[in-house]
Amino acid sequence: MTLSPTAAASASTPPASDARRTDAGALIRVAGLEKSYRSRDRSLTRALGPVSLDITRGEFITIVGPSGCGKSTLLKLIAGLIDRSAGSIAIGGREIVGPQEEIGVVFQSPVLLPWRTALENVMLPAAVQRLDPVKSKARGLELLALVGLREFAGKYPNELSGGMQQRVAIARALMHDPAVLLMDEPFGALDAMTRENMNLEIRRIWAESGKTILFVTHSIPEAVFLGTRVLVLSARPGLVADVVDVDLGAERSLDIVTSDAFGVFTRRIRHHFQAKGMIE
Amino acid sequence: MIDAAVGKLAAEPALGDEREPSWWQANRELVCIPLLFVIVVGAWEALIRLAEVPPYVAPAPSAIWRSLVNGIGSGLFLSNALVTLTEALLGFAGAAVLAIALGSAIAQSRFVERVLYPYLIAIQTTPKVAIAPLFIIWFGFGITSKIIMAGIVSFFPILVNVITGLRSTDSQKIELMRSLRASRWQTFTMVKLPSAMPMIFAGLHIAVIFSILGAIVGEFVGSKKGLGNLILQMNFNLDTAGVFAALVCLSSMGITLHLIMHWLQRRVLFWADQNQIPGV
Repeated sequence: MTLSPTAAASASTPPASDARRTDAGALIRVAGLEKSYRSRDRSLTRALGPVSLDITRGEFITIVGPSGCGKSTLLKLIAGLIDRSAGSIAIGGREIVGPQEEIGVVFQSPVLLPWRTALENVMLPAAVQRLDPVKSKARGLELLALVGLREFAGKYPNELSGGMQQRVAIARALMHDPAVLLMDEPFGALDAMTRENMNLEIRRIWAESGKTILFVTHSIPEAVFLGTRVLVLSARPGLVADVVDVDLGAERSLDIVTSDAFGVFTRRIRHHFQAKGMIE
Repeated sequence: MIDAAVGKLAAEPALGDEREPSWWQANRELVCIPLLFVIVVGAWEALIRLAEVPPYVAPAPSAIWRSLVNGIGSGLFLSNALVTLTEALLGFAGAAVLAIALGSAIAQSRFVERVLYPYLIAIQTTPKVAIAPLFIIWFGFGITSKIIMAGIVSFFPILVNVITGLRSTDSQKIELMRSLRASRWQTFTMVKLPSAMPMIFAGLHIAVIFSILGAIVGEFVGSKKGLGNLILQMNFNLDTAGVFAALVCLSSMGITLHLIMHWLQRRVLFWADQNQIPGV
């Protein structure tokens, strides 16, 4: 059973203001952000918002919500890939218009160029920005080492497994050293075991690189395991239903999943969906 | 965890493949292809001899062979074949360059495509062979009119495939380039054109064979040299065996060009699944 959009909207309006943790040092400031689409009968349908959110440098924000709640839309809006209908997004105090240099994006699928080797794919952002090829090659190799693929630099994408391809995509997103990494369900297509490993990897990369990460997922355990904060979105139109601070410490092993504290967080988030009837 | 990913890469032995294939299973095509040739040629030779068909109606394979050996020995075939090959290849090369340039320009804008489309359809549906006499008037009996004829005939298969290929770029790759703030030109050279190469190659394959057709048609309408010219002369002298020998030369030329294109494609499109390249 699912709720009609209007009912979901009214039910989840109050927590939206809680999300605005006014923080003077916020790296990303999202305020009253909305996205509407004009449907075929020419009426406007709101897919997302209004959403307000402040993100501090170095945070790992996971965004979880039912399918069609606009989590990917939120990410694409921050990435500057689509235009917003209302509200504002500022990064480092600057209002964004279009794709920004401070942002690296990892998509749902790796989107590697099959005619480029792993290293050449990682170096693509440098090639686009016409950076010094010698320096960017050194950095590309460094990043491949960071994602554990140093010895696969010369391989073509069709010689790599799905998990390896997605690691190459992560290294590519880090190539131009962006402050923010946006990840849109990057491990959705991977098998469960590879996915667990990738979760550990991305936590390690986050810890080593000090990036600010926004990570969209539809898996509640994944959201809790990865995030320092979990943004819970309600069904269409996506509104902030809850913001959960995950105090599980910086060092997280896969065993944490079975701990009581972990269960408390996942139950709290799942409760939102069950209460609003978003989970069958 | 890297090892786990690497392990997946190693090819698993296919079950039921341990049995060594017998000599016959491994080589039956190599036996049957020449065998079929021998049977057909033998039956043909026998039919002509037994039925006492006059040589100007249909020559026996042995007569064609003698004609071929004589023609090659005297240099008659080689000198004429070189003329036809030059006409075809110059026409093909010119058509390839122009079609890729025009196709790229058209694919950049829906507006340009819509405006030009009716004209392109009109030109394409006109039988190009019908224009050949005009080219003789405009460009004379020399090599130029044949180059243009070969070019016109091979131009459209390339153009159509360039446009289709450039239009079918994976939208995720374009979004990736947008997120990297690539210019239109960079998106074109780094993503769209390489993505379109399998389609473009399929067009080039058809076009290189068409270019020989164009050159021959040009020579039929009016020429001083070339295999088409030779075929007309031999036909006039009722030297049917000679006509067949010239046809053998033409088809060898076609097969050679086809193989060269195939080799080139495997080198350029090493990254693509060869079975998915259309029309080869």
